[in-house]
Amino acid sequence: MNMPTLRRFSPFKGAWPKPEIVLATVVLFLGGGLARAEVKAGDIFPVLGATGLEGAVPETRGKVVLVDFWASWCAPCKASFPIYAKIDADYRARGLVVFAVSVDEKDSAYQSFVKKLAPPFAVARDGGQKLVREVSVPTMPTSYLIDRTGRVRFVHPGFHGAETEAEVRKEIATLLAEPASP
Amino acid sequence: MRKLVIALFMAGAVALLAGCSTTGMVRVHPWERAALADPAMNPDRDPLDTAMMEHVFTSRETASGGRGVGGTGCGCN
Repeated sequence: MNMPTLRRFSPFKGAWPKPEIVLATVVLFLGGGLARAEVKAGDIFPVLGATGLEGAVPETRGKVVLVDFWASWCAPCKASFPIYAKIDADYRARGLVVFAVSVDEKDSAYQSFVKKLAPPFAVARDGGQKLVREVSVPTMPTSYLIDRTGRVRFVHPGFHGAETEAEVRKEIATLLAEPASP
Repeated sequence: MRKLVIALFMAGAVALLAGCSTTGMVRVHPWERAALADPAMNPDRDPLDTAMMEHVFTSRETASGGRGVGGTGCGCN
Protein backbone atom coordinates (compact mmCIF):
# COMPACT_ATOMS: atom_id res chain seq x y z
CA MET A 1 0.00 0.00 0.00
CA ASN A 2 1.38 3.41 -0.90
CA MET A 3 0.13 6.98 -0.86
CA PRO A 4 -0.69 7.38 -4.57
CA THR A 5 -3.04 4.35 -4.29
CA LEU A 6 -4.86 5.94 -1.31
CA ARG A 7 -5.07 9.32 -3.01
CA ARG A 8 -6.87 7.77 -5.96
CA PHE A 9 -9.87 7.00 -3.69
CA SER A 10 -10.06 10.47 -2.13
CA PRO A 11 -13.45 12.12 -2.85
CA PHE A 12 -11.88 15.57 -2.98
CA LYS A 13 -9.39 14.95 -5.82
CA GLY A 14 -7.60 18.18 -5.06
CA ALA A 15 -10.77 20.28 -4.62
CA TRP A 16 -11.12 21.12 -0.93
CA PRO A 17 -14.52 21.87 0.67
CA LYS A 18 -15.75 25.45 0.85
CA PRO A 19 -14.61 27.47 3.91
CA GLU A 20 -18.19 28.02 5.12
CA ILE A 21 -18.74 24.25 5.31
CA VAL A 22 -15.56 23.80 7.32
CA LEU A 23 -16.58 26.69 9.61
CA ALA A 24 -20.06 25.22 10.16
CA THR A 25 -18.50 21.89 11.10
CA VAL A 26 -16.16 23.50 13.64
CA VAL A 27 -19.01 25.58 15.17
CA LEU A 28 -21.18 22.48 15.52
CA PHE A 29 -18.35 20.57 17.15
CA LEU A 30 -17.40 23.28 19.65
CA GLY A 31 -20.98 24.43 20.29
CA GLY A 32 -22.08 21.01 21.49
CA GLY A 33 -19.38 20.96 24.13
CA LEU A 34 -20.00 24.50 25.35
CA ALA A 35 -23.75 23.95 25.74
CA ARG A 36 -23.14 21.48 28.55
CA ALA A 37 -20.68 23.48 30.61
CA GLU A 38 -20.71 22.59 34.30
CA VAL A 39 -20.95 25.23 36.99
CA LYS A 40 -17.51 25.32 38.55
CA ALA A 41 -15.71 27.19 41.33
CA GLY A 42 -15.58 30.87 40.41
CA ASP A 43 -18.89 30.87 38.50
CA ILE A 44 -22.02 32.69 39.63
CA PHE A 45 -24.62 30.16 40.78
CA PRO A 46 -28.02 30.37 39.04
CA VAL A 47 -30.73 32.30 40.92
CA LEU A 48 -32.53 29.65 42.97
CA GLY A 49 -35.91 31.36 42.91
CA ALA A 50 -36.01 31.55 39.13
CA THR A 51 -35.81 27.87 38.32
CA GLY A 52 -39.29 26.68 39.22
CA LEU A 53 -38.37 24.65 42.29
CA GLU A 54 -41.24 22.98 44.13
CA GLY A 55 -40.93 24.00 47.77
CA ALA A 56 -39.90 27.07 49.71
CA VAL A 57 -36.61 28.61 48.63
CA PRO A 58 -34.78 30.08 51.64
CA GLU A 59 -33.51 33.64 51.78
CA THR A 60 -29.87 33.48 50.76
CA ARG A 61 -28.96 37.14 50.23
CA GLY A 62 -25.65 37.93 51.92
CA LYS A 63 -25.32 34.41 53.34
CA VAL A 64 -23.00 31.50 52.78
CA VAL A 65 -25.04 28.80 51.04
CA LEU A 66 -24.50 25.08 50.73
CA VAL A 67 -26.62 23.75 47.86
CA ASP A 68 -26.76 19.97 47.75
CA PHE A 69 -28.24 18.06 44.81
CA TRP A 70 -29.67 14.72 45.92
CA ALA A 71 -32.14 12.02 44.93
CA SER A 72 -34.14 9.43 46.84
CA TRP A 73 -32.55 6.65 44.76
CA CYS A 74 -28.99 7.72 45.62
CA ALA A 75 -27.44 5.91 48.62
CA PRO A 76 -24.63 8.43 49.34
CA CYS A 77 -27.28 11.19 49.39
CA LYS A 78 -29.03 9.37 52.22
CA ALA A 79 -25.75 9.09 54.11
CA SER A 80 -25.06 12.80 53.65
CA PHE A 81 -28.27 14.09 55.24
CA PRO A 82 -27.37 13.46 58.91
CA ILE A 83 -23.99 15.13 58.32
CA TYR A 84 -25.55 18.19 56.69
CA ALA A 85 -28.04 18.32 59.59
CA LYS A 86 -25.12 18.58 62.03
CA ILE A 87 -23.40 21.20 59.88
CA ASP A 88 -26.65 23.16 59.68
CA ALA A 89 -26.99 23.08 63.47
CA ASP A 90 -23.39 24.19 63.98
CA TYR A 91 -23.27 27.07 61.48
CA ARG A 92 -26.82 28.33 60.93
CA ALA A 93 -26.53 31.04 63.57
CA ARG A 94 -23.32 32.31 61.97
CA GLY A 95 -24.96 32.80 58.55
CA LEU A 96 -24.95 29.45 56.75
CA VAL A 97 -27.95 28.27 54.75
CA VAL A 98 -28.11 24.59 53.82
CA PHE A 99 -30.44 23.97 50.90
CA ALA A 100 -30.98 20.46 49.55
CA VAL A 101 -32.45 20.21 46.07
CA SER A 102 -33.96 16.91 45.04
CA VAL A 103 -33.82 15.87 41.39
CA ASP A 104 -36.53 13.24 41.88
CA GLU A 105 -39.04 13.16 39.07
CA LYS A 106 -41.55 11.28 41.27
CA ASP A 107 -43.07 13.44 43.97
CA SER A 108 -44.03 10.38 46.04
CA ALA A 109 -40.39 9.22 46.23
CA TYR A 110 -39.32 12.71 47.27
CA GLN A 111 -42.02 13.03 49.93
CA SER A 112 -41.26 9.60 51.35
CA PHE A 113 -37.54 10.36 51.62
CA VAL A 114 -38.12 13.73 53.30
CA LYS A 115 -40.65 12.25 55.72
CA LYS A 116 -38.26 9.45 56.68
CA LEU A 117 -35.15 11.57 57.21
CA ALA A 118 -36.89 14.77 58.39
CA PRO A 119 -34.05 17.16 57.53
CA PRO A 120 -33.89 20.33 59.68
CA PHE A 121 -32.64 22.36 56.70
CA ALA A 122 -34.58 23.61 53.66
CA VAL A 123 -35.43 21.13 50.92
CA ALA A 124 -37.14 21.55 47.57
CA ARG A 125 -37.73 19.45 44.47
CA ASP A 126 -36.44 20.22 41.03
CA GLY A 127 -39.12 18.04 39.44
CA GLY A 128 -38.57 19.42 35.95
CA GLN A 129 -34.79 19.05 36.44
CA LYS A 130 -34.30 22.57 35.13
CA LEU A 131 -31.83 23.75 37.76
CA VAL A 132 -29.77 20.56 37.80
CA ARG A 133 -29.56 20.69 34.01
CA GLU A 134 -28.40 24.29 34.18
CA VAL A 135 -25.79 23.46 36.82
CA SER A 136 -24.94 20.16 35.11
CA VAL A 137 -23.80 18.27 38.19
CA PRO A 138 -20.95 15.85 37.49
CA THR A 139 -22.28 13.10 39.77
CA MET A 140 -24.93 12.40 42.41
CA PRO A 141 -24.77 13.83 44.99
CA THR A 142 -22.89 17.07 44.37
CA SER A 143 -22.75 20.02 46.75
CA TYR A 144 -21.80 23.62 45.99
CA LEU A 145 -20.50 26.08 48.55
CA ILE A 146 -21.48 29.60 47.56
CA ASP A 147 -20.04 32.69 49.19
CA ARG A 148 -21.94 35.77 50.36
CA THR A 149 -21.71 37.36 46.90
CA GLY A 150 -23.38 34.41 45.15
CA ARG A 151 -20.20 33.00 43.64
CA VAL A 152 -19.45 29.27 43.76
CA ARG A 153 -16.24 28.77 45.72
CA PHE A 154 -16.08 25.02 46.29
CA VAL A 155 -17.62 22.02 44.56
CA HIS A 156 -17.89 18.56 46.12
CA PRO A 157 -18.76 15.85 43.60
CA GLY A 158 -19.97 12.80 45.54
CA PHE A 159 -20.15 12.33 49.29
CA HIS A 160 -17.31 10.51 51.06
CA GLY A 161 -18.37 10.55 54.72
CA ALA A 162 -16.00 12.03 57.27
CA GLU A 163 -13.57 13.16 54.58
CA THR A 164 -16.18 15.32 52.86
CA GLU A 165 -17.50 16.58 56.20
CA ALA A 166 -14.04 17.76 57.30
CA GLU A 167 -13.44 19.55 53.99
CA VAL A 168 -16.86 21.20 53.99
CA ARG A 169 -16.52 22.40 57.59
CA LYS A 170 -13.12 23.92 56.86
CA GLU A 171 -14.44 25.69 53.74
CA ILE A 172 -17.57 26.96 55.49
CA ALA A 173 -15.43 28.46 58.24
CA THR A 174 -13.33 30.21 55.59
CA LEU A 175 -16.37 31.65 53.80
CA LEU A 176 -18.11 32.72 56.99
CA ALA A 177 -15.00 34.64 58.01
CA GLU A 178 -15.12 36.70 54.82
CA PRO A 179 -16.93 40.08 54.89
CA ALA A 180 -20.41 40.36 53.35
CA SER A 181 -19.32 42.89 50.70
CA PRO A 182 -15.80 43.18 49.27
CA MET B 1 -21.34 12.57 -9.51
CA ARG B 2 -18.15 13.79 -7.85
CA LYS B 3 -20.06 16.69 -6.23
CA LEU B 4 -22.63 14.27 -4.86
CA VAL B 5 -19.91 12.11 -3.32
CA ILE B 6 -18.28 15.19 -1.76
CA ALA B 7 -21.63 16.40 -0.42
CA LEU B 8 -22.39 12.99 1.11
CA PHE B 9 -18.91 12.78 2.59
CA MET B 10 -19.23 16.22 4.18
CA ALA B 11 -22.72 15.48 5.50
CA GLY B 12 -21.40 12.30 7.08
CA ALA B 13 -18.45 14.12 8.60
CA VAL B 14 -20.67 16.85 10.05
CA ALA B 15 -23.08 14.30 11.51
CA LEU B 16 -20.20 12.34 13.03
CA LEU B 17 -18.55 15.40 14.58
CA ALA B 18 -21.84 16.78 15.87
CA GLY B 19 -22.61 13.39 17.38
CA CYS B 20 -19.21 13.29 19.10
CA SER B 21 -19.60 16.75 20.57
CA THR B 22 -23.18 16.45 21.82
CA THR B 23 -22.54 13.62 24.25
CA GLY B 24 -26.07 14.09 25.63
CA MET B 25 -27.29 11.96 22.76
CA VAL B 26 -25.73 8.86 24.25
CA ARG B 27 -24.90 9.72 27.85
CA VAL B 28 -27.37 9.23 30.69
CA HIS B 29 -26.79 12.20 32.97
CA PRO B 30 -26.23 11.63 36.70
CA TRP B 31 -29.64 13.10 37.57
CA GLU B 32 -31.45 10.86 35.08
CA ARG B 33 -30.47 7.51 36.61
CA ALA B 34 -33.53 6.85 38.76
CA ALA B 35 -34.62 3.93 36.60
CA LEU B 36 -31.09 2.52 36.46
CA ALA B 37 -30.85 2.70 40.26
CA ASP B 38 -34.02 0.70 40.72
CA PRO B 39 -33.46 -2.57 42.65
CA ALA B 40 -35.11 -4.39 39.73
CA MET B 41 -32.02 -3.53 37.67
CA ASN B 42 -29.80 -5.52 40.03
CA PRO B 43 -29.05 -8.93 38.48
CA ASP B 44 -28.33 -10.38 41.96
CA ARG B 45 -31.52 -9.14 43.64
CA ASP B 46 -32.65 -12.68 44.55
CA PRO B 47 -30.06 -14.27 46.92
CA LEU B 48 -31.50 -17.78 46.47
CA ASP B 49 -31.36 -17.54 42.69
CA THR B 50 -27.83 -16.15 42.87
CA ALA B 51 -26.70 -19.02 45.13
CA MET B 52 -28.22 -21.58 42.76
CA MET B 53 -26.60 -20.02 39.71
CA GLU B 54 -23.25 -19.93 41.53
CA HIS B 55 -23.63 -23.61 42.39
CA VAL B 56 -24.43 -24.57 38.79
CA PHE B 57 -21.58 -22.46 37.47
CA THR B 58 -19.09 -23.95 39.96
CA SER B 59 -20.21 -27.51 39.12
CA ARG B 60 -19.99 -27.07 35.39
CA GLU B 61 -16.94 -24.87 35.13
CA THR B 62 -15.01 -26.04 38.22
CA ALA B 63 -14.51 -22.37 38.97
CA SER B 64 -16.26 -19.74 41.02
CA GLY B 65 -16.36 -15.97 41.50
CA GLY B 66 -15.67 -13.24 39.00
CA ARG B 67 -19.33 -12.51 38.42
CA GLY B 68 -18.89 -8.77 38.07
CA VAL B 69 -19.79 -6.03 40.47
CA GLY B 70 -22.76 -5.78 42.78
CA GLY B 71 -25.40 -3.11 42.97
CA THR B 72 -27.37 -1.28 40.36
CA GLY B 73 -26.70 1.45 37.86
CA CYS B 74 -26.93 4.58 40.01
CA GLY B 75 -23.29 5.43 39.32
CA CYS B 76 -23.28 7.65 42.41
CA ASN B 77 -20.15 9.09 43.98
